[in-house]
Amino acid sequence: MNRINQKIKEGKKILSIYFTAGYPELNDTVRILEELEKNGVDLIEIGLPFSDPLADGPTIQESSTAALKKGMHTELLFEQLKDIRKSVSIPLIIMGYFNPVFQYGVEAFCKKCHEIGIDGLILPDLPLDVYQSEYEVIFKKYGLINVFLITPQTSDERIKQIDDASNGFIYMVSSASTTGTTKGFGEEQQHYFDRISAMKLKNPQIVGFGINNAETFKQATRSAAGAIIGSAFIKHLTSHGVDAISKFVKSIR
Amino acid sequence: MTDNYFKTYPNKEGFFNEYGGAFIPPMLEEEMRKITDAYYAISKSHSFISELRSIRKHYQGRPTPVYYCNRLSEKYGGRIYLKREDLNHTGAHKLNHCMGEALLAKHLGKKKLIAETGAGQHGVALATAAAYFGLECEIHMGEVDMAKEHPNVVRMRILGANVVPVSHGLKTLKEAVDSAFEAYMKDPITTIYCIGSVVGPHPFPMMVRDFQRVVGIEAKAQFFDMTGELPDNVVACVGGGSNAMGIFSAFLDDSECSLYGVEPGGRSMEHGEHAATMTLGKPGVIHGFKCYTLQDENGEPSPVYSVASGLDYPGVGPEHSMLKDLKKVTYEVVSDKETIDAFYELSRMEGIIPALESAHAVAYAIKLAQENPRESILVNLSGRGDKDLDYVVDTYGLPD
Repeated sequence: MNRINQKIKEGKKILSIYFTAGYPELNDTVRILEELEKNGVDLIEIGLPFSDPLADGPTIQESSTAALKKGMHTELLFEQLKDIRKSVSIPLIIMGYFNPVFQYGVEAFCKKCHEIGIDGLILPDLPLDVYQSEYEVIFKKYGLINVFLITPQTSDERIKQIDDASNGFIYMVSSASTTGTTKGFGEEQQHYFDRISAMKLKNPQIVGFGINNAETFKQATRSAAGAIIGSAFIKHLTSHGVDAISKFVKSIR
Repeated sequence: MTDNYFKTYPNKEGFFNEYGGAFIPPMLEEEMRKITDAYYAISKSHSFISELRSIRKHYQGRPTPVYYCNRLSEKYGGRIYLKREDLNHTGAHKLNHCMGEALLAKHLGKKKLIAETGAGQHGVALATAAAYFGLECEIHMGEVDMAKEHPNVVRMRILGANVVPVSHGLKTLKEAVDSAFEAYMKDPITTIYCIGSVVGPHPFPMMVRDFQRVVGIEAKAQFFDMTGELPDNVVACVGGGSNAMGIFSAFLDDSECSLYGVEPGGRSMEHGEHAATMTLGKPGVIHGFKCYTLQDENGEPSPVYSVASGLDYPGVGPEHSMLKDLKKVTYEVVSDKETIDAFYELSRMEGIIPALESAHAVAYAIKLAQENPRESILVNLSGRGDKDLDYVVDTYGLPD
C-alpha cells in the first residue's frame, strides 16, 4: 500500500506542509524534510520551483524565484533526495508544474520518483483528460498517486469525475483565488466545506490555501481529512530559519 | 477543406493536434469553461454578428484596403501588395479581436478587462474597446517596453486604462503575461483576461483566430478583385501569431499559395539574442497551452529578445505549431538589421511607416520578391510605426 493511503487510514487529522525545494538555501531540502517529520508532520509536499507559476500566491512565487536563482532544478532535487528514505518515512509528494516534468520525460520522471520513494505528484496545470489519456498508465506503473485540485467553483459533475480518477486524496483549494484568505474562513468557505462533505466522495479531502495557524487548521479539518500549510510555513522559514521549524509545527497543533 | 478545417481545429478540448489545450490550474478551469460555452452560444448568434459587423464598419473603418506597392515592386521585382491593417482604428489588427473579446466580456457580465501588452498595440486596442463598451481596463506591460513604446503608454492612459509596470525578469512580454495572469487569478469571476494573441489556454487561440479571420476574408476577395487571381505568396510576422493566423486562415486550402510566417531573428541566433520560437524551439507548455517553446533542459522558458517588442515571446500560437508540423506554413527568420532596413525602405519608397513587428514581414517580402520576380506577394502590414519612431531614430539614426 502506498504511504499516502496508509497515513490516511490511520485516521488522525493530517497536517501537511508545503515548502519550496532549494529555499531558503539550496541544500536545505533534506534537513527541512527531517525536521518536519521529527516534529510530527504527517505528509510533505516538496515544491519543484518553476519560473511561471500560474497557481501560486506571491510568497511561494518569491521562494521559487529565489530557489531557481540559487540553482535548483529537477535533476538536482532528485540528487538531494536520493537517500531520503534512510531518514524520512512519512509520505512525500512532489508538487510542481507540468512543463519541467514534460521536458524531463514523464516516464523518466515517474521512474525516478519511484526509485527515490516519492509517493505522489501534484501538477496543478495538468488537465484531467490529458492525464487520463496519456499519463495515467505511467503513474500506475510506478505506483504514484496523482492528486487533483478542486475549488469552490468546480462543478459537482467535475468533482465526481475527479473523485473517480483519484486514488489518494483530493486537494481542496479553499478559495477561488490564489491570494486565499488571511483572516480565517468565513461563511462562504464553511458552506463549501459542507457541500463537499455532503457529496460523500470516495477519496478523503485535504484542504489547502489560507491555513496559517491552529484555528484555521482546526476549522479546515472539521470535515476534511487534513490540511496543507504552504505560504505561512515559507514566511516562517524566511524570518526564523530552518532551526525554528519545531516552533512553527507546535503552534499549529 | 476550409469549413471542415475550422470545425476540426481545435477539437473540443482546444487541441490543434498535439498543441494547445488548457494546461491551467483548477482555479481557472471553471471560468475558461464558462468563456468557452459563452463564446459558442453568443458568437454564432445573429445579434452578436450584426453588432460586431456594425462596429467593424462604422467604428474601426473596415474593410481596410489592399494596396499595390508601385515603387517597391519596381525596385525589387515581384508584385508586392499590402493588406493595410495599419489603417484599422488604433493602428493595428489588434482591435479586430479586442472588440470581439470585449463584446463577449460584456455579455458575460464582466466588469474589468485585463491584458498584457508587448509593443502596446494590444493594450491600446483593448483600452479602446473598454472605453467603447464602458468597461474598466488594466494593462500589464514590462518596464523595458514601457520606455521603448512610450507613445502607446500615453495613449492607453488617455483612454482611461490603468497601466501596470512589470519589473521582474527581463521586464518584457513574457513577464507581462505572468503579471496579467496573476492579476486575473485574484478575481477570475468579475474580470476577464483578454489575452493579446492566438496564445494562452483554450478557448483564446480559437477565439482570437476567429475574430481575426476578417483580415484574410477581406484580403482574399480584395486581391482577387484587383488581380483576378490568388496571391502566389502570403507573408506575415509571427510573435504569438494573431495577425498571421488572421490572414493565413483564408488561404489554408489554396495549395497554389505559399504561406510564410516571419519570426524575429534579433541580434543573432545565439541563446537569448532572438525569439525564433518555431525555428529553434521544441514542444513545451507555457502560460497554459502547449506549443513550440524556447526553453532550457529544465523546462524553464529561455530569455528572448527582438527589436520588436510585440514579437519577443518564448512561445507561439498552438495553431502555428500545428501548421508548421503539417508543412502548411513555412516559418522564416529575419534579423533586427534587415527589419530596420525594411522599416526605412517602406517609409521612403511608399510613404508608409510600418510597425517594427510588421517590418519583419516587409523585409522577408523584399527577399522573396528578389528571388521570385514573377510572383505576387501579399503582406499583412499588421500595424503602423508611430509608436516606434523615437526608438528607431535614437537607436539606429536616420539613413542618408
